[in-house]
Amino acid sequence: MSNILVTEDVIKNFGDFRALDNISIEVPKQSVFGLLGPNGAGKTTLIRIINQITLPDSGKVFFDGNLLKPDDVHHIGYLPEERGLYKRMKVGEQVVYLAQLKGMSKAEAKKQLKYWFDKFEIGAWWNKKVEELSKGMAQKVQFIVTVLHRPKLLIFDEPFSGFDPINANLIKDEILQLRDEGSTVIFSTHRMESVEEMCEHIALIDKSNKILDGKLTDIKKEFKTNTFEVGLVTDNKDVLLKDLNEKFNVKTADFKSLEDDLKLNIKLSNGETSTDLIKYLNSKAIINHYVEVIPSVNEIFIKSVNKNS
Amino acid sequence: MTFLSPLLMVGMIALVAFLSKSSMEKSNRVAYVNNSDIFSEADFEDSKTMHYENLTEAGLEQAKKIVQNSNHDGLIYIPKNDSIDQLASSIQFFSNESPGVVLISEMENNIENKLENEKMKQLGIDLQKLKGSNVNVDINLSNFSGEKSSKLINGIKIGIGMGSGYIVMMFIIVYGAMVMRSVIEEKTSRIIEVIVSSVKPFQLMLGKVIGTAGAGLLQFFIWTVILFIIMMVSSYMFGVDMVGTQTSQIPADQMEAIANNNTQFALTELFKLPLLSIFIWFILFFLGGYLLYSSIYAAIGAAVDNETDTQQFMMPVIMPLMIGVYVGFATVINDPHGTVATIFSMIPFTSPIVMLMRIPFGVPLWQILLSLFLLIITFLGVIWLAAKIYRVGILMYGKKVSYKELYKWLKY
Repeated sequence: MSNILVTEDVIKNFGDFRALDNISIEVPKQSVFGLLGPNGAGKTTLIRIINQITLPDSGKVFFDGNLLKPDDVHHIGYLPEERGLYKRMKVGEQVVYLAQLKGMSKAEAKKQLKYWFDKFEIGAWWNKKVEELSKGMAQKVQFIVTVLHRPKLLIFDEPFSGFDPINANLIKDEILQLRDEGSTVIFSTHRMESVEEMCEHIALIDKSNKILDGKLTDIKKEFKTNTFEVGLVTDNKDVLLKDLNEKFNVKTADFKSLEDDLKLNIKLSNGETSTDLIKYLNSKAIINHYVEVIPSVNEIFIKSVNKNS
Repeated sequence: MTFLSPLLMVGMIALVAFLSKSSMEKSNRVAYVNNSDIFSEADFEDSKTMHYENLTEAGLEQAKKIVQNSNHDGLIYIPKNDSIDQLASSIQFFSNESPGVVLISEMENNIENKLENEKMKQLGIDLQKLKGSNVNVDINLSNFSGEKSSKLINGIKIGIGMGSGYIVMMFIIVYGAMVMRSVIEEKTSRIIEVIVSSVKPFQLMLGKVIGTAGAGLLQFFIWTVILFIIMMVSSYMFGVDMVGTQTSQIPADQMEAIANNNTQFALTELFKLPLLSIFIWFILFFLGGYLLYSSIYAAIGAAVDNETDTQQFMMPVIMPLMIGVYVGFATVINDPHGTVATIFSMIPFTSPIVMLMRIPFGVPLWQILLSLFLLIITFLGVIWLAAKIYRVGILMYGKKVSYKELYKWLKY
């Protein structure tokens, strides 16, 4: 029971087009789960199935250990990529209404909304119409709509689009705090740096198929190439480079350094260890910089998608 | 608009009544040059709307000039001719502007009467005897249970039938379009995805249809009450006979009947109709028709991205409504129980209008129930299809939707 959400072999067809093909994912409780994939891969369809907006053709979805049932929408908060609110409705009124649709009582919704308005210091917006707000302001209101009913599962589709860096950071901190308070977050985005920063687990969907999933650290271990980035201070760069070229698989590297050093990426072949490399380098030059090259999510993404095509 | 519209409507009616009244009261000044022996000055008697002036002395050419330079409405010229038939086709009317239909027909009537009388004299027919032979027939209507009714009731039936059919059509068009616009608004503002993550699309659609019906009924009720109050007040204050101006659409013989009877009689006639059952059938057919059409409107709203794209789907929706009203106006008045009227009062897409038009004339219960049954069955089928289109359509953006595409959605 450590997973808040499990999908088992979910299939969804639109006419002749298969949008999801046997998708099985597991989202652990109280984690931030990155749902990645190129445009049109099927992420939104999967999210809509979790939200019971569309039904899968086959396969099962479990929420908190039980088969997904209609009332579960009360425990899910969804921020779609395409944001929108009723333009001519007042902010306070609208958020309370939407919270009531999620099963909250009016009084409780008002109380919670006050809390969030105070937190974001936007109390003055209560009686404003949505069309009077700027885009960023409306996004903030929409974020509150998503989290107001304290859902067990939060689904964010590109949550940072439309926010300036300061507000994006504010939202990020709120998301992480919600996770610390017990919520689970599913996160669909193309901004790899925020995946890098926030996600503990990811699943990569491409062309309706899941091509990768698991704990991010495990995936990175799997994708690492036993390559090390080194900076070597030496009197004669050419001699050293020639020497290393004979012994290892060497490519030039690029990083910032205070010294005029030889910057290389050295890939070890099977059987060779980091210790061997350090010993050898130490005998040839001063090691100014030494770090293992960890593949970024961006690289993993591109590599996997290219391999799949 | 909720409170202003009835005011505007009453204002318009009052204005039309006022204008037509004042134009009726205006009398025409017509000069005449009579060279014929058949006509005399006595034949050109002033009436309420006519004022004749004798310019025979001046001669035709001179009279033309006089009339041209004065504010006369025109000049009649009757040439000298002993043959009545020839004279009848040689009378001329001169005027600056082309004269109104009413003016011409009044003059024609006047001259025709005179010439007919002359001709009868020539043929040796005794006018007194002819007048004495006139018989005025007034058939007394009653049904087989012996209740008497008058022709007035037919006018009332037509009024009620046409009125309710027309109201149903207007209501469907206005509030159906409102349902559609509200669906499009939710789609374009993109709130739809947030809403459907909380409620089922079908619930949302049904809620919208029912909610709009409620709003519409309330507004309709407010209008009726306000209109009623304003009519009462204004007819007391200004003496404008609004009821009178509205009845002018009813055929002439019935208008006479209405004119001859007082309001009290009209009311007693009205209450002879089974008003309660008419009202109940009205509500049922009205709801059935509205629900049927507004679920189609909702599906259309979901299928498009903005209101301009709705045109291609609007035609098939408006057409049956129009046909219903026209078939109703054309056939129900003449033959409420004829084949055409009966068929169209069965077809679910026209029945809410045509059946309501027929009901005041007395329709067998089995026909009403069958029609209602067909309407409900069709509604269930249509809303089932509409819900499928709606469910797919609300989340579909940037697609130019064709009928083929809609058919595909039904299978998703």
